[in-house]
Amino acid sequence: MPEGIFCNKTPINTEEQLKATLGDKGGKQYYEEMNHLDVDTDKLWSTIQKTMKSRTKTWLDICAHCGLCAESCFLYQVNGRVPEQVPSYKIQSTLGVMVKKKGKVDNAFMQMCMETAWSKCTCCNRCGMYCPHGIDVGVMFSYLRGLLYSQGFVPWELKIGSGMHRVYRAQMDVTTEDWVETCEWMAEENEEDWPGLEIPVDKVGADIMYTCNAREPKHYPEDIAEAAILFHVAGENWTVPSEGWEQTSLSMFAGDWECCKDNVLNVYSALERLKPKRAIGTECGHAHRATVIEGPYWAGRPDGQPPVPYIHYVEWLAEALRSGKLKIDPSKRIKELVTLQDSCNYVRNQGLKDVTREILSYIVEPGYFVEMSPNKEHNYCCGGGGGFNGIGLYRAQRNVALRKKMEQILDTGAKLVIAPCHNCWDAIRDLEEEYKIGIRWSFLKPLIIKMLDVPEHLRPTEE
Amino acid sequence: MYDFLTGPMLWATFIVSFGGLLVRTVMYVKGLNWQLDRVAYRPNMKYGIRGGVRSILAFIIPFKARLWQTRPGFTLLFFAFHIGLLVTPVFLEAHNVMFRNAFGFSLPALPTGVADGLAWVCLVGGLFLLLRRIAFPEVRILTTFYDYLLLVISVMPFITGLIARYEMGNYDFWLAAHIASGEIWLLALPFTKLSHVVLFFMSRMQLGMDYGIKRGGMKGTDMAW
Repeated sequence: MPEGIFCNKTPINTEEQLKATLGDKGGKQYYEEMNHLDVDTDKLWSTIQKTMKSRTKTWLDICAHCGLCAESCFLYQVNGRVPEQVPSYKIQSTLGVMVKKKGKVDNAFMQMCMETAWSKCTCCNRCGMYCPHGIDVGVMFSYLRGLLYSQGFVPWELKIGSGMHRVYRAQMDVTTEDWVETCEWMAEENEEDWPGLEIPVDKVGADIMYTCNAREPKHYPEDIAEAAILFHVAGENWTVPSEGWEQTSLSMFAGDWECCKDNVLNVYSALERLKPKRAIGTECGHAHRATVIEGPYWAGRPDGQPPVPYIHYVEWLAEALRSGKLKIDPSKRIKELVTLQDSCNYVRNQGLKDVTREILSYIVEPGYFVEMSPNKEHNYCCGGGGGFNGIGLYRAQRNVALRKKMEQILDTGAKLVIAPCHNCWDAIRDLEEEYKIGIRWSFLKPLIIKMLDVPEHLRPTEE
Repeated sequence: MYDFLTGPMLWATFIVSFGGLLVRTVMYVKGLNWQLDRVAYRPNMKYGIRGGVRSILAFIIPFKARLWQTRPGFTLLFFAFHIGLLVTPVFLEAHNVMFRNAFGFSLPALPTGVADGLAWVCLVGGLFLLLRRIAFPEVRILTTFYDYLLLVISVMPFITGLIARYEMGNYDFWLAAHIASGEIWLLALPFTKLSHVVLFFMSRMQLGMDYGIKRGGMKGTDMAW
């Protein structure tokens, strides 16, 4: 059978298709159909010829098979160091073979590739730092995911995820109306405690345009309120766009490059419309990677930069604390052991390792911050990166993957983990659920709000 | 035979080998694609070069990169093997005599004892690299016949060279075998994985540029390789 009703080579482009695919609980029919999906080998090979440039070719070619990447991979470490988890093996046995066979591969091979690409690599890019030849297997797995997606071999949740982005331009079904209403609701809800609090929508020429992760309006609207409170206390002139507010990209994890481009252009057009001095994204690693680090390339911007300076939330926060726009009440600083999760997507992928530590220097009593080991750019993935968190089919593998972070956290002795990334936050929550090690986890926003030294004129008037 | 191997064959070898490596280098750079690679090479050249040079240095200086620090034993073997492999032939007295005859000038020559030592170091290093391919499951799973073949091609000139140098067996035969195996090694450079003699620098430079441009360099943080 060539293509199924749910599992096929066509992306989800309509709400109807999306709802139907969602209705196939757990992707039961989807994965059944996948067993019969044909591989369009000619198209696969012509895509490879067009898109595989000298970098990837050379990487596949000159890999010395030395195995030095093995120990760099946390999945190798937590899976009993089986040789099948060596990064080089994982890519050579999938993309490597696909290229060698000039795309002439079958269904079983594609399904093996899918399992490897989404359950044995989180695209954390750590191996790239340890390969003497500078081979970044994570980059190649992203590329392989694109090839697999184009042939319909993609986990059910990610097919839906990229469908969501195609239909709603958000990773969840949050419409423009839902979003604007949530902003209004959150402003009203917090007005009493924070007099004058506003969430200005579509204000032209503000200093800051704020963008977020669709999970926030959908599941944690308080996160938007917290951002608003902090901007309010800092006295920022800011706004959110009614369109182009969502900066995540499940399509990036799915390998749906066309959709990635469409979504990031949507955010950039909000920048062009509202002309803010700069943009600030929420506490999310992959959203930052999608909009700020990879996005400019999808959008075809030759300088590799978004249309206006676009920073991660931790950069703004460090700046606000440094400049005194936000003041911390020293008596409220954290006085228990606390550790920090470095998100691969903005630490290893954009070098934002020092600003987070600068923030901690303001909010943690000296002597109470314990580093994980290793840390900064040598950190390990939270265990759920690259879409791994959301894929039901690979939940068991994901739970094993969480063990590395668990060990690291246990070694610090801290019970509080600061995770300024949605995905890391989710993974750490899941790890507590799964392994019950007695930890708490938090974004920076709620912690900071509790510690603020709020200026007199911003406090609610006593009745 | 000797005349052929050191005459026309040697010239052909040099042309194919060095010409081929040059072609591979040029092809590599020409085949980069800023949009598909997601690195804005040209507009951020300064950051790129800086990151690239840091990245190369971290991996050619023993124990500089974190990788080399975590694997001291391997690092010693690896550098011993590569230094022996590259330094010995270039600075060997006998090679320089030929060089002087052909071009009228030569490079400084290594004392014989040092050259012998380096050749042995290279052989022992090569032997251990081979043994670790067999011994460690994470290397064994990656290793193919091709990897062994390349290792043999790389050390053969040293084996034959040492036999000739200690004049074991028929000197003329081993000398010819030495020259032939050296030529095979040179010819293999552009066509096999041995192309890493130049492509290591290209790939390392490229990833260094990636880090220097979008992965931290422009944010003012150098990656601790």
